[in-house]
Amino acid sequence: MRQKPIYLDYAATTPLDPRARSRMLPFFDEAFGNPSSVHSWGQQAEAELEQARAQIAGYLGCESDELIFTSGGSESDNLALRGAAFAARNGRSANHILISPVEHPAVLETARQLQRLHGFQLEFLSVDEFGQVEPADLARRLRSDTAVVSVIYGNNEIGTLNPIAELGSLCRQAGIPFHTDALQAVAQLNLQVDELNVDLLSIGAHKFYGPKGVGALYVRRPTPMVPIQTGGSHERGRRAGTSNVPLIVGMNEALAVVVERRATDIQGFARLRDRIVEAVLGGIADAQLTGHPAERLPNHASFVFEGVDGNGLLAALDLAGFACSSASACKTGEPEPSEVLLAIGLDARLATSSLRVTVGRQTTPSEVEAFLTILPEAIARLRVVEPAFT
Amino acid sequence: MIEPRKIAVAMSGGVDSSVAAALLVEQGEQVFGLMLRLWDSRPDRPNRCCSPHDMANARAVAAQLEIPFYVLDVREPFRQAVVEPFIAGYLEGITPNPCMACNRQIRWGHLLQHARKLGATHLATGHYARIQESGGHFHLFRPYDRTKDQSYVLSVLGQLDLEQSRFPLGELRKDQVRERARNLRLPVAGRPDSQDLCFLGGADYREFLSETAGITWEPGPILDQAGSPLGTHRGLPGYTVGQRKGIGVSGAVPLYVVAKDFRRNALVVGPRTALGRTSFRVDRMHWVADQPPDPGTSLTVQVRYRSPAVPARLRPNGIEDGAVVDLDEPLLQITPGQAAVFYNRDECLGGGVILQ
Repeated sequence: MRQKPIYLDYAATTPLDPRARSRMLPFFDEAFGNPSSVHSWGQQAEAELEQARAQIAGYLGCESDELIFTSGGSESDNLALRGAAFAARNGRSANHILISPVEHPAVLETARQLQRLHGFQLEFLSVDEFGQVEPADLARRLRSDTAVVSVIYGNNEIGTLNPIAELGSLCRQAGIPFHTDALQAVAQLNLQVDELNVDLLSIGAHKFYGPKGVGALYVRRPTPMVPIQTGGSHERGRRAGTSNVPLIVGMNEALAVVVERRATDIQGFARLRDRIVEAVLGGIADAQLTGHPAERLPNHASFVFEGVDGNGLLAALDLAGFACSSASACKTGEPEPSEVLLAIGLDARLATSSLRVTVGRQTTPSEVEAFLTILPEAIARLRVVEPAFT
Repeated sequence: MIEPRKIAVAMSGGVDSSVAAALLVEQGEQVFGLMLRLWDSRPDRPNRCCSPHDMANARAVAAQLEIPFYVLDVREPFRQAVVEPFIAGYLEGITPNPCMACNRQIRWGHLLQHARKLGATHLATGHYARIQESGGHFHLFRPYDRTKDQSYVLSVLGQLDLEQSRFPLGELRKDQVRERARNLRLPVAGRPDSQDLCFLGGADYREFLSETAGITWEPGPILDQAGSPLGTHRGLPGYTVGQRKGIGVSGAVPLYVVAKDFRRNALVVGPRTALGRTSFRVDRMHWVADQPPDPGTSLTVQVRYRSPAVPARLRPNGIEDGAVVDLDEPLLQITPGQAAVFYNRDECLGGGVILQ
C-alpha cells in the first residue's frame, strides 16, 4: 500500500469538513423523506431544506427565493448562462454574450455552444497579462442587446481576482445581467451579492469543504431565467429534480464553518502561499509567477517553468509525495496548452509547463517546506537535456 | 544516501505488461506504471495499444495493484521515428519492422528517459526475454517460453539499456502468465494476444498506407521469372517478398513473390525454390554487447520475427556497419527491411537490417 502524497491541490477539491459530514448523515437514512411529499416525512425534509436555504441566503446576503440548488458549480454556470441567455433572447431579443477569455470551461464551453448551436454572438473581453478584466473594456463592449456577461471571480488556474463589484456596477447601469463564477472564492473572499453587484453567482460545495455533487446559483430578483432542466416544480420551477437534502444540508454546514473561520483561514493560507511564491521565484531559475502578484486567491500559487513538461512535473511530484495540479494536465496523455495561459500572452510551449500549488486548512508549514525542498530537484531532473537517440 | 530502486513498468493495458507489473509488486519492488500515448486512433477503428479502452484497462490494473500510473504523450516522436519510416520503407519497396524502431527510439528512448526523470532506476516491460549479468556484462537471452520469444525485437538494445531493464516474464510460460492474471483477478485476464502492428488498429496495412500516407497504388504487370506476364498487381508496396497468399495468380506450382522490380513496376513471381538464397547483405549492424562477438563464435541467424534460426557466418564487406551473411542452406523469406538477428545458441547477440 503506497502512502498518500501530501495534498497541495485544494483548488481541485477539498476534504469534507467533519461538522458538515456529521450534519448531513441523518438525511441519508433517518430523515430521508422527499421534500415534495405531502406527508410528515416530506414535511420534515422540506423544513430542513428550507432552513438550509435561508441560512445560505443569509451568508450571501440575499433572499431565500433567489437561490437555486444544483448538482454543483458546473451546473450552476450552465444554468446561469443558458438560462439568462435564452430568457434575454425571448424577452428583449438580446443575442450577444460577453465573457472573459479566462473563464472556467463550464462557462467557456457553454458560451461556445450557445454560439455554435443557438446562434448567439459570442464576444470575449480582453484581459491584461495577469488575466484581469478592465472595467473600461467592459464598458466599451457592453451593448443594449447583450444577453448576459460572465467574468470569473477568482481564477482557478492563475488565482487572479477580478474587480467584480466594478464590473457588476457597469452591467447594472446598462441593465444587463452579470454572472460570476465564484467557485474558488467562496472559502476565502467576500460573497455579499449586493456588495459585488452581481445578478448571478455560482458556487459549488466541494470547493469549500462541503460534499461533492451539490452547488447553488444565486439569481437576483427579477433577473429573467429560463429553466434548463425541466420537469417538476422544484426550486420554484427553475430546476426540476428531487432536492438533494443531505448534500444541501452538508453544503449549508460547510458554509457556516467557512463564515466562522474565513478570516483566520486566509491569513494562514496567504502566509503559506507567499512563502511558496518567494521560494520558487528566488530559488528556481526561469520560473515565472502566473496571475496577479497581489490581487489573487490567498491559497493559490501558480507558475510556469521554462523547459519543463507540466504533466511530467506532476508525475515526478506525485512520486516524490506531493499532489499538485497543472493547467495543461490531462490523464489521457494529450496535453494541450491551457487556454487561460494563452489568453494572458504565454506562448504555447510555456503554456504546457505550468504548476498550480493550492493550500488549505490541513496544510502545515512543514509540508510546504518539504515541498519546497523537493520541487527544485524535480524540476532540475526534468530539465536535463538528453542526447538524441540514434 | 543510496536512492531506493524504483521501477517504471511500461503498461499497455494488456495481459503481459499487467502481469509484469503485478510480479514486481509481489517481489516488493517500488513500482509505478507508465503508459505511452503513441497514436491517435480513428473512433471506428481503435488502435490496439493506446485506445481509451486500453488506457482504462491499464489504469484499472494500476489501481488494483495500488501503484501510481501516468501517461506519456509520445505521439509526435512516434510518428517521426516509427510511422513515417514505416511508410517511407514501403514506398521504397522494403518491409520495415516498426516494432524494432519503436523499441529503439520510443521505449528505450523517450520512455526510459522519462522514467528516469521521474526518479526510476529501471524500466520493466512485458516482453518475453531474459537478461543475465556476468562480470558487469549484460546478456540478452531467449525466454523460457519459446513460443513467445521476443528477443528478436529486443536485439536493438545495448549494454546501458539492458542494465536498466527488467523483463519479469522471461522465466514464465504464456499460460502461466494468463493463470497469474486470472489468480490476481486482473481485469485483463481474458484479453486476446495482440497480433498486428499496434497503430494499424485492425486495418489492413495497405488500407492504412493509402489512408494515412495517401499512397496511391499503381497497378502493373505480374511476371514470371522468364518475364512472361501472368496478370496485374495492385501496386508494389502492397506486396512482400516471400508472400504467397493474395497475389491473385496461380500456376502449376504455388507461386511466391520473388522480387519487386520498381524500375518496370513489375511484381516477379516464381516457385518456392526461386526464393532460396545462401547469402545476403545487411547494414546498420548493432551488437547487444556494444562490440562484435569474438571471431569464431558460432552464429545462427533469424531473418523474421517468427522464423527459425539457421547457421550463419558473418563476413565484413568493407562498409562500416555492414556485413555479408553466408548461410549453409538456402533460406526463403529473406526480406529487405526486416532484421537479421544473430544468436549464439540462446543468446541474442544483435542484428542488422537486410538490404535489397
